[in-house]
Amino acid sequence: MKENNVPSAVIKNLTKSYGGFTALRDVNLVLPKGKIIGLLGPNGSGKTTLIKILTGLITNYQGEVLVEGRPVGADTKALISYLPDRNYFADWMRARDAIFLFSDMYADFNGAKAFQMIDRLGLNANQKIKSMSKGMIDKFQLCLVMSREAHLYVLDEPLGGVDPAARDFILDTVLKNYSEDSSVIISTHLISDVERIFDTVIFLKQGEIMLCDEIDTLREKTQKSVDQLFREVFKC
Amino acid sequence: MAEVFHPNIPIYLQLIESVKRKIVSGELSPGQRLPSVRDLAQTYEVNPNTAQRALAELEREGLVYSERTAGRFITNDGGLIEMTRTELAKEQIENFITEMQRLGFTNEQLLQELEQKLKKEERQDERK
Repeated sequence: MKENNVPSAVIKNLTKSYGGFTALRDVNLVLPKGKIIGLLGPNGSGKTTLIKILTGLITNYQGEVLVEGRPVGADTKALISYLPDRNYFADWMRARDAIFLFSDMYADFNGAKAFQMIDRLGLNANQKIKSMSKGMIDKFQLCLVMSREAHLYVLDEPLGGVDPAARDFILDTVLKNYSEDSSVIISTHLISDVERIFDTVIFLKQGEIMLCDEIDTLREKTQKSVDQLFREVFKC
Repeated sequence: MAEVFHPNIPIYLQLIESVKRKIVSGELSPGQRLPSVRDLAQTYEVNPNTAQRALAELEREGLVYSERTAGRFITNDGGLIEMTRTELAKEQIENFITEMQRLGFTNEQLLQELEQKLKKEERQDERK
């Protein structure tokens, strides 16, 4: 089934500074295929910077970043399905307009799947996105992002604004729609809600990788949940 | 409905335990076909790699066998299922004894409590 064993992403000696402030310091990571990876860290630890570099939104950095073996750039953008931490739709758009927009923009987008998903969510394709609640918009965006057949899904805080039932829906959607040939990176603060779906977790602290391990190995070693471990490592 | 997992114990171990219980209790019968890794992962709301790992371990223990194209099946080995039942029971008994000892019960007291409780249950059953 697998065509190759090139990792979804490889990051070598990545450093990123904003003026005098170092947001990421000598980060090295290999993200294998078919994994769900939790990117965890307190506010300001560099999660979003790392995500923006992976997705090609930040281009001035030191080090090497490869997606599917190719340097991040115009041709890797097509491989990544990115859920940003904010809403980017124009005010006039209805749900279906956004779906058509995605169909035009991405060759790997499955419009029928997106319509099915929003239907299951009880969303109306004719509703204006502007008039949806925050949680509804979050769910809608996730539907769009997961309706692509991408190589790498990057979800920046997908759970922030939604209620626990919707969280379950979102996790379920992620589990159902990623494949063995793709990886999913999820950054989140709500660790206890999602830790059951991760393969691997990465702890970022002040721009450095504190820990990167398989989650069940961690549980075995520490006898702790990731949530507990996080609270200990990042104790204020 | 997804099972509740303890977040501080490896999930694949809890998954193994859960499947074992179903085999022992007969909810999954010998020779029955198991759902696919993906379906299993979705039922339990866990990562497919976790489900895969649990199934591989069950296979290693012989409780599950796979047939190349047809999928995975529950073992037909009654002896092995019986052994697994004994094993699971042993764990429960050990837990019970440890907890009772922690509460300060001596072995005699513990037995007494157990007998009383069982008798009471019998009487209640009779009344029904």
